[in-house]
Amino acid sequence: MKEALDITTTGTAGAARPDFAALRRDFPILEQRVHGHPLVYLDNAASAQRPRQVIDAVTRYYERDHANVHRGVHTLSQRATEAYEGARVKVASFVNAASEREIVWTRGTTEAINLVAQAWARPRLGPGDRILITHMEHHSNIVPWQFVCEQTGAELVVAPIDRRGQLELDALEAMLDERVKLVGVVHVSNALGTINPVARIVELAHSRDIPVLVDGAQALPHVPVDVQAIGCDFYAFSGHKMYAPTGIGALWARTAILEEMPPWQGGGEMIKMVRFDRTEFNELPYKFEAGTPNIAGAVGLGAAVDYLSAIGMDAIHARDDELLAAATAALGDIPGLRIIGTAEHKSSVISFVLDGIHPHDIGTIIDLEGIALRTGHHCAQPVMDFFGVAATARASFAFYNTEDEIDRLVAGLHRVREVLG
Amino acid sequence: MDLKDLYRDVIVDHNRSPRNFRKIDPPRRVAEGFNPLCGDKLHVYLRMDGDVIEDISFEGSGCAISVASASLMTEMLKGKTAAEAIDLFSRMHSLLTEGDVEQPDVASLGKLAALSGVREFPTRVKCATLCWHTMKNAVEGADEAAKTE
Repeated sequence: MKEALDITTTGTAGAARPDFAALRRDFPILEQRVHGHPLVYLDNAASAQRPRQVIDAVTRYYERDHANVHRGVHTLSQRATEAYEGARVKVASFVNAASEREIVWTRGTTEAINLVAQAWARPRLGPGDRILITHMEHHSNIVPWQFVCEQTGAELVVAPIDRRGQLELDALEAMLDERVKLVGVVHVSNALGTINPVARIVELAHSRDIPVLVDGAQALPHVPVDVQAIGCDFYAFSGHKMYAPTGIGALWARTAILEEMPPWQGGGEMIKMVRFDRTEFNELPYKFEAGTPNIAGAVGLGAAVDYLSAIGMDAIHARDDELLAAATAALGDIPGLRIIGTAEHKSSVISFVLDGIHPHDIGTIIDLEGIALRTGHHCAQPVMDFFGVAATARASFAFYNTEDEIDRLVAGLHRVREVLG
Repeated sequence: MDLKDLYRDVIVDHNRSPRNFRKIDPPRRVAEGFNPLCGDKLHVYLRMDGDVIEDISFEGSGCAISVASASLMTEMLKGKTAAEAIDLFSRMHSLLTEGDVEQPDVASLGKLAALSGVREFPTRVKCATLCWHTMKNAVEGADEAAKTE
């Protein structure tokens, strides 16, 4: 972590601006050529890249410390347990959880939402009840609720968005009646970039005693997140979007809520005592963590949190705004290009379509220029339907992206026009 | 890899002005194809005269590869028998997915050979095969929406 700490900033007024060009060099994968061109990686919303500090932490763990956790009295098991639980403390502090017992490891956001759907919603809901989500949700915050609705007879209802891709808060508020038992809302939209006013939504829901789940997958890499300030009841996120390994993520929930919830999966680790006639479950958060966990993933996520904290999330957020403004302006100058998602509060995710050219052709042609864009429906088909497009191209940025790369993107898009005429 | 292997002039032309891009009203048969990867949808319409494809057309949104593939397909199949259409499906499938197609076979495909470059772009193979699967369903009268492999 030393390298990162040397350029640390607290993000407070007057703090030195991090040297983002130097930080970029922490990411070995970015130093390559693709189809003969220096790689321009603009698919960060799908998965960000890992800094050497994270890669090294995982390697070090496997080379020195690996054993199963919470099991043995031997030295390696103790070291592994310390690394694994240490990561939990770091992540808890990163999102300002009241306790590390409120951090339940999952495979990612999707599993975290499924956990809430099955262990919290399913036992509570019945016919006549409603789950309210929004029109801009990722499939991972739609399909788990459809399962619960099928299982319980509850109904899934959807708060509308406007043409800029912003939530219609008044309409959402009007839908919050006694039938609604849970609100599920995305913090930052992966398809539109919209940053939702989650604290305000929680306020509206809580005034009617309705709990709120926030899908934070795209938020943690871009904006400072404080779950207590947001006030929500559940916050789900993924490691791989925030420079950590794939296959690790977490559900944050208040202790009181987690204690009320029955376990989800059964197996080792989640038990205190097992007899054939009865089993006592483990305490929080282990009651929700059946089986040997992704220890190396957690260690990597802990290292990613250290890395981001050293830079400062305020500084990262500010850089995000710069890149968003520069890229929006540059893309706006391309004839026939339409940006999908123009919310007032946005993260550096830019979905767009080019007149008469399908996003997949954009993706293939621009890949041969060394530029990685995502093309498709971004696991948000209802959003695509709303804007009347089957798919979009999407450029999504990270703090390691540069203004030069935005120029490369623009040149690449001109090349697309040239090829397809 | 060269872009011109994929976006050959024939493909760019058929994308810009797709042939038989319309409904057949009323169609004798219609089949829907769906590519879950990109969300693209495509309809293939057929009117048979006995065993012969009297008219064939398509509609839908798609990338240059899928539009050109469908456009070329409709051009090629008009007047062919159902058996000939299924045979062409097999040969196109080999061309797009297998890569060891004999030169004479490629030549016999005429303009469709322009799609051979797609093979070099694995993520785009489905774009080219979708309309062929859909056509096969329409010819065979299957009800289910076609999917790419």
